[in-house]
Amino acid sequence: MSNNGMLKSSIARKVAMALSGLFLILFLGQHFFINSMSVVSPDTFNEISHFMGYNPVVQFVLQPILIFGVIFHFCMGLYLDYQNKKARPIKYVKNNGAANASWMSRNMVITGIVVLAFLGLHFYDFWVHEMNVKYINVQPEDPTRYYEELRQKFVDPVRVGIYVVSFVLLALHLLHGFMSSFQSIGFNNKYSRSLRGFAYAFAILVPAGFALIALYHHFTI
Amino acid sequence: MALDSKIPAGSIDQKWTNYKNKINLVNPANKRNLDIIVVGTGLAGGSASATLAELGYNVKAFCFQDSPRRAHSIAAQGGINAAKNYMGDGDSVFRLFYDTVKGGDYRAREANVYRLAEVSTNIIDQCVAQGVPLAREYGGLLDNRSFGGTLVSRTFYAKGQTGQQLLLGAYSAMNRQIARGKIKMYARHEMLELVVIDGKARGIIARNLMTGAIERHSAHAVVIASGGYGNVFFLSTNAMGSNVTAAWKVHKKGAYFANPCYTQIHPTCIPVSGDHQSKLTLMSESLRNDGRIWVPKSLEDAKAIREGRKKPTQLSEEERDYYLERRYPAFGNLVPRDIASRAAKERCDAGYGVNKTGEAVYLDFASAIERYGKDQARIRHLDENNKELVLKLGKEVIAAKYGNLFQMYEKIVDENPYETPMMIYPAVHYTMGGVWVDYNLMTTIPGCFAIGEANFSDHGANRLGASALMQGLADGYFVLPYTIGDYLAPDIKLGKIPTDTPEFEEAEKSVRNQLEKFVSNKGTQPVDHFHRRLGKIMWDKVGMARNEKGLNEAIKEIAELREDFYKNVKVPGTLDSFNQELEKAMRVADFLELGELFAKDALHRNESCGGHFREEYQTPDGEALRDDENFAYVAAWEYKGKPADAVLHKEPLVYDNVKLVTRSYK
Amino acid sequence: MKLNLKIWRQKNAQDQGKMVDYAIDNVSPDMSFLEMLDVLNDDLIQKDQDPVAFDHDCREGICGMCSLYINGEAHGPDRGVTTCQLHMRKFKDGDTIFIEPFRAKAFPVIKDLAVNRSAFDRIQQAGGFISVNTSGNTLDANAIPIPKHDADRAFDAATCIGCGACVATCKNSSAMLFVSAKVSQFALLPQGRVEATDRVLNMVRQMDEEGFGNCTNTGACEVECPKGISLENIARMNREYLAASLK
Repeated sequence: MSNNGMLKSSIARKVAMALSGLFLILFLGQHFFINSMSVVSPDTFNEISHFMGYNPVVQFVLQPILIFGVIFHFCMGLYLDYQNKKARPIKYVKNNGAANASWMSRNMVITGIVVLAFLGLHFYDFWVHEMNVKYINVQPEDPTRYYEELRQKFVDPVRVGIYVVSFVLLALHLLHGFMSSFQSIGFNNKYSRSLRGFAYAFAILVPAGFALIALYHHFTI
Repeated sequence: MALDSKIPAGSIDQKWTNYKNKINLVNPANKRNLDIIVVGTGLAGGSASATLAELGYNVKAFCFQDSPRRAHSIAAQGGINAAKNYMGDGDSVFRLFYDTVKGGDYRAREANVYRLAEVSTNIIDQCVAQGVPLAREYGGLLDNRSFGGTLVSRTFYAKGQTGQQLLLGAYSAMNRQIARGKIKMYARHEMLELVVIDGKARGIIARNLMTGAIERHSAHAVVIASGGYGNVFFLSTNAMGSNVTAAWKVHKKGAYFANPCYTQIHPTCIPVSGDHQSKLTLMSESLRNDGRIWVPKSLEDAKAIREGRKKPTQLSEEERDYYLERRYPAFGNLVPRDIASRAAKERCDAGYGVNKTGEAVYLDFASAIERYGKDQARIRHLDENNKELVLKLGKEVIAAKYGNLFQMYEKIVDENPYETPMMIYPAVHYTMGGVWVDYNLMTTIPGCFAIGEANFSDHGANRLGASALMQGLADGYFVLPYTIGDYLAPDIKLGKIPTDTPEFEEAEKSVRNQLEKFVSNKGTQPVDHFHRRLGKIMWDKVGMARNEKGLNEAIKEIAELREDFYKNVKVPGTLDSFNQELEKAMRVADFLELGELFAKDALHRNESCGGHFREEYQTPDGEALRDDENFAYVAAWEYKGKPADAVLHKEPLVYDNVKLVTRSYK
Repeated sequence: MKLNLKIWRQKNAQDQGKMVDYAIDNVSPDMSFLEMLDVLNDDLIQKDQDPVAFDHDCREGICGMCSLYINGEAHGPDRGVTTCQLHMRKFKDGDTIFIEPFRAKAFPVIKDLAVNRSAFDRIQQAGGFISVNTSGNTLDANAIPIPKHDADRAFDAATCIGCGACVATCKNSSAMLFVSAKVSQFALLPQGRVEATDRVLNMVRQMDEEGFGNCTNTGACEVECPKGISLENIARMNREYLAASLK
C-alpha cells in the first residue's frame, strides 16, 4: 500500500480486521464440517482428524496461519476498540444505543472476548492435549483415538454448558461480523441482500450445529 | 455626491465585452501583494473568495456560522436560471434579460441585468465541472423546469436542494484555496465595522464569536456579501442569524443604501402556527408547477373549514375558487411571486382563509396526482380507470419530484400533503434592495464592493424565482473578479495595510463601546422581545400592502422602539466570551435603524411596483399601478446620523432596450 | 405541556461541565424543539441566569448548524430530521428530556451545547473538491452526458449537510459516513474521477488525524442521519480507498 505502512489508516485496519474475520469464518466452516462427521460417521471423523493432525502442510503451514489469524483478529479488535473509546473521552449521560444499532454490532468486543475465553478452554481441551500426545509425551500414532477422546470431553455437563453459551455468543458475534466484513472490504451492492441471508443463516446454523453436536455427544454417551 | 453608475458605452450586448477588453489588469506577481476581505460565504461571497484566490489575491473570508458551508444560500430550493436554451423552447440571453427586467417591474438597471443574463450560461458549465449534481434526464443531459413569471423552461435544479448543491460547489472551490493557503478562513467571526482610510475601504473590525476577541483586519479592498435583511421582519424564511449588520455598517460609513423597501414576500410558505414561532419555512416555488392554489368559494365553507367542521377534500370543484387561474388565465398558478402573494392576502383579508388564524390558502396536488397517475398507467399499459392504481402511480411521480418538500411539510404541520391539500401563506423571503453599487459592483465608498443579495442591483422591485442563485454566482465567479482588478491596479505598490493606524484604533473603539454598552445595560427584556415587536410593526405596516398613514406610524413606532431597546434591553454574559445574546443584540440594533429607513423609502415611493405595493396606487381591479414618469429611478439613501435624516439620491433608470409597459400576466 | 429538562451546562472549553435540571411549562406541541429552548432561554434571561448556548441557524433542516443529543439520540427520537425540525408533539406531557452536546474528541465543546466541528472543514479541505478553476471557461455543461442513475446517486450522497450526527451517534465517533458522502459524490461523476485516487487517500488521512474513531459498521449513522445518507457510500469509499492504496 502506497501510503507508507499497511495498517496506518483506519480503513486499512478495518479491511485487515474483515479479512482476518472472513478467514476465521472459513476455518469455522471446515471445522464444523469435520465435527458434524462425529455424528454422522465416527470413522470418517477419525480419518479426517488424523489427516489434520499429522499432515505437515496443515500442521506447519495452516495451523500457524490460523493461530496468527486468531491473535491478529483479537489484538486488532482490541486496538480498534481502544482507539474508538479514545475518540469519545466524555461519554453521554444518556445514550439510547438500541434505537439505531443492533446489540450485536455494539458489543463485538464482549462477544469477541467470550469467544476468545472459550478458545482458551478449547485449546486446553484439544490442542494442548494434541501437542502433548504428539510432541511431549510422544505416543505412537493412533488414527482411531479421536472419536472417543471427543466423546469423553462432553461427559462433563458444566463443560457442555460453557460450550453452548459460548456458541450462542459466537452466533451473536457472527451475526454482525460476517456481513460487516463485506461492508468493510467495500462489498455492498445488489447482491448484498442474498449475501446477508446467507451470512445470517451461517451465523445461526453453524454455532447452533456446534452446540447440538456437543449436546448430542453429552446425551448419547 | 452625484451617483455615477459607470455603465460602459455601446450597445447592450457589447457593453460587458468591451468593458472587459479595456479594464486595467493586475499581473499575477502583483496580485500576491494585494489582500481582499470578503464578508459572507454564501453563493456570492463563497464564489468570489474562491475565484479571487485562484487569481492570486490573498483572500480573508469571514462568516458568522461555524463553517462557510452553512451560509443561508444553502436553503435555496427551487433552481437557478440560465439562458442555455437546452429545451429548444425559444430561450435566449435577450429573453432572460427581458423577463428579468419585466419581472422586476422595470426598476432594475438594464446593463447589469443584461450582463447577468449573459454570464448565466457560464455558471451552469462551471458548476457541472465542479461536480455539482444537477438533475438529469435519462439521456444523461441536464433537465430544466419552468418557474414563475416566464414562458420558457430555463431553470436548472437539483431536486429541492439547488442552493445547497451550488453552495457546496462554491464551498469546495473555497476549500481548494484554503488548502493552498490562498484563502484564510475566519468562521464564527462577525464583521462589526468598516475601516475607511483616506476615503477608501481598507479593513474591518470583526469579533471572534468563539472567544469574544475583537480583531482588526486590513486589506486593499472589502467585499460585502452578507446577504439580505429580511429578518427585519423577525419572522421570515431567512436563517436566524441572517442580518444586515455588515451592509448597514458600510452604509453608516458612507455607502448609499438603495431601494430598502423592495422586499419579496414569497407566496408558498408554511403558515404561522403560534406566538412561539421563530421562523417561517419556505416551500419551493416549483410546487406551483403542479399545485393549484384555491380557497373556498363561499364564506360559510371557509368558516366551516377554519372551525374544523369541514375538510377541504369534501369541497367539490364547483365550491372552490382557483383564484389565480381565474384572475390570470395566461400564467395561472405560475404568476410571479409578488402577484401570487398579494392575491393570497386579498382572499384571506376578504375572509376566505383556511386555517385557524385565517391566514392560509390551499395548494392542492390532487389534480396533478391524477394527471400523472393516468399518464403512468397509459405508459405502463395499465388500467387508467382504476382509481386506486392511478392515485398510487400519481403519488409516486409527485414524490419523485417534490418528496423532500412534502416530507418537510408533514414534519412541521403534521398533515399528509399527499392526502389533503397543503396550506400556504406568504412570508418575507428576499430583499431586492441593498447597498447601492455601480456597474463595477462598487459602493459609493471606493474599495468597498457589495455582491449578491447584499447589493440592490439586478432584480428591480421584484425578483423572479431562480434568479437569486444566478445573481450570487454571477457576481462572485464572473463579474467581481474583473471589476475588482480594475480598482486594485493602482494599489500594487502599496504594500500591506498596517492595522495600528488611528482609523483602526477609532473603529475598534466604537465597536468596543457599543458591545460594552450592551453587556452593562441594566435592562429587563431579552433581545428577542424587541425584535419581535419590530417584526410586528414591519409586517403590519410595511408588509405586503402599505399606505401613507401606516408608514408614518411605523416610522414613529420604530424610532420609539429603538429608544426603548437601548434603555431596556438585557444582554447577559460578558463581552469576551461566546455570547449569543450579544450577537443578537448587535444585529437587532442595526435592524432597528434599517427598519425606519425601509419605511421611509416605502413612504416616499408614491407608486406600486413589484414587491412594493401602496394601497393608494392600484388599478380598479387591484393590480399594482406604477408611475414611470416620476419614479423610474433607484432611490439611494445617504446616511446622515440617523435614519430619519437620510438624504435621497436618485439614479434615473433609462431603458433603451425594453419598452416600459404595464406588467400583465393575465 | 410540562417538561423536565436535563441540560449539559459547560461555561467554556476548559470548564468541567455538568447536567443541570430545568422545569419548563406551557410548551405547545406545535413548537419546534429549538423554539422550546428559546422559551427556556427567555425565561432564564428574565431570571438573571445564563441562557443555554446552542448552535442553530436556518431552522429548516438544511444548514446543518443545529446539533444536540436528545434523550440519547442525535437530533432526537424522530427520523429523517434535524433538531430544528423536531417538534414537541414527539414528546408527552411530563417527559424528562436529556439534552447533551454532540460528543467526540474531534468535536470539542465551545459552550454548553455548542461544539466545534471545524474538523469536518479540514477534511473537506484535504480533498473534497474538483480542481477546476472557476473561470467559466470549461466544457459546455452538456458535453459529458452522465447516466441518470449515477447522477442521482451522486446527488443523494451530496445532500449531506455536515451536521455531525453520524459522528455523535456512532459508538466509535467515526466520521466515515460524512467523509464517504463526499468521496462518493465525486467518485460517481466523470468530473470527479480524475482526482479520485488522491482525494480518497487525502481525505481519509485527514479524517484519521482529526481523531475520529474507526467504523465498525453498526449502521447507527445511517439511521440517525437527517438526510438518509446510505451506508453504501461507506462501502464505496472502502473500495475507492483500497483501489487507491494498491495503485
